[in-house]
Amino acid sequence: MKRLFCFLALMVAVILVGCGKPDFSDAEKKTIASLALSRLPPLKPDTTNRFADVPAAAALGSTLFFDLGMSRDGTVSCSTCHKIDRQFQDDLPQAVGVGHTNRRTMPLAGVARDPWFFWDGRRDSLWAQALTPLENPLEQAGNRAAYAHYIKARFGERYERIFGPLPDFSGMPLNASPLGTDAEKAAWNAMSGAQRDGINGVFANLGKAIAAFERSIEPAPTRFDRFALDLVAGAEPKGDAVFSKEEILGLKLFIGKANCVTCHDGPRFTDNSFHNTGVPPVAGLPPDRGRIDAVAQVEADPFNCFGAYRDGDASACGELRFMVKDAPQLVRAYKTPSLRGAATRPPYMHAGQFSSLDEVVAHYAKAAPSVEGTSEVHPLELSDRERGALVAFLKTLAE
Amino acid sequence: MVSIWRYLLAGLGLAALLVGILAVVYLTAPRSAQPAGPDVSRTKKSENGLYMASFVPERGVVRQGELESWLLTLKTKTGASVERAAIAISGGMPQHNHGLPTSPQVTDYLGEGRYRIEGLKFTMSGWWQLRFAISSGAGSDTVLFNVVL
Repeated sequence: MKRLFCFLALMVAVILVGCGKPDFSDAEKKTIASLALSRLPPLKPDTTNRFADVPAAAALGSTLFFDLGMSRDGTVSCSTCHKIDRQFQDDLPQAVGVGHTNRRTMPLAGVARDPWFFWDGRRDSLWAQALTPLENPLEQAGNRAAYAHYIKARFGERYERIFGPLPDFSGMPLNASPLGTDAEKAAWNAMSGAQRDGINGVFANLGKAIAAFERSIEPAPTRFDRFALDLVAGAEPKGDAVFSKEEILGLKLFIGKANCVTCHDGPRFTDNSFHNTGVPPVAGLPPDRGRIDAVAQVEADPFNCFGAYRDGDASACGELRFMVKDAPQLVRAYKTPSLRGAATRPPYMHAGQFSSLDEVVAHYAKAAPSVEGTSEVHPLELSDRERGALVAFLKTLAE
Repeated sequence: MVSIWRYLLAGLGLAALLVGILAVVYLTAPRSAQPAGPDVSRTKKSENGLYMASFVPERGVVRQGELESWLLTLKTKTGASVERAAIAISGGMPQHNHGLPTSPQVTDYLGEGRYRIEGLKFTMSGWWQLRFAISSGAGSDTVLFNVVL
């Protein structure tokens, strides 16, 4: 009789222990493994930028990244919004440079792996991206002729050691750009083709140096990655790699019922694509139609992959060559952001629409229709416990 | 003594009931893998039967998130290679209200009815559809391929 009791007690204990262990199906384990940072492939060379992996170029790029002189009034650098101690973002709903912009600053971890840049993908390389804020009147507000003169005066020797001789600046205006003020545009138009090409060449090289520096900014392993490594290896997670029941539920929802992993996939938790998810516009900001308006901008950019300033051959231009140019799905479509580190950098979305992850999860559960175009998100029944679990899981990507 | 046996019997009964309930819940729970997915065969007859088409990744494997080239091979009903066909490509993800993330194009004719399609990119896991509108001397027809990642 006693033996029978012991046996029953043992059975109950086995069942209880079994319930406490993370229990994932083989398919779930496969998905979890695909999200682990250890699956991130080595960074591919950027053949469009032959200085991408030149240390001296990266060093100059890092100097320029933090240099307040790289702006019209000497008050703004790349690092003003891409703050080194804040995941290279600024915690603001919209970035503030020389003026107030209409978009949230994006963090930079793993940025060199993106096929498209900015929330709407209006640039197609990291070096072409780096040039854009330099001339945006709301960001660094400079002009390319002024940057070229500045580089010669301040970093001339360093520049020439990396990129070769600077062009002859005699007779070149101090301020000129095809994108600047009326006076700067007039000065640009008065320059010869060779002069413009000389300035554009120096300007492109600044972007290439900054991009070379930015290639070193990569995501760091998190609690989730330690958990995933142990799970896949079949080892018992130890220390902070142990997930709470809530975190396990959140992970299961993330890769299951909540469908987050459909777009937030791979080791960077992004499909690098553009989606309309019904995120509402911000009152008071200029009209913003996302990807649909970026297509013409990237096509018109003289620094795009088809342009004269690309290094290497055009085989690197597949993304631009096969770009979707006109489709209803591009309306109010924005890039899927990486979720690594997201929990500690509110606010969220392309114009900082949501101030907490709870609001983000509530938005996706409700799946409100888009003000323009069609949202790809479907409504989802999530209990309060499930919402909390999703947020708890997202926090493991920032610890 | 008798009462202990009763308790034991009741305990076993409750345990059996619990196991039964758990079994029902487990067996009726939706599985993550779709039981009856779309037809993912790589060789198909076109909708009106004019062509036999096969669609395979050029490197043999599908890599999610990378630009890829695939080969579309077209034969007529009688097995002859289809030359100089005009091919328009469309598609998307039927469950996500969106089309293809890229605009794949025919970039080369490799002979023997084989066409190279470049610029395909499967950015997400799930069910993708690719529709080829084919026009040649044999007539106009379409063929739809499903790709599930």
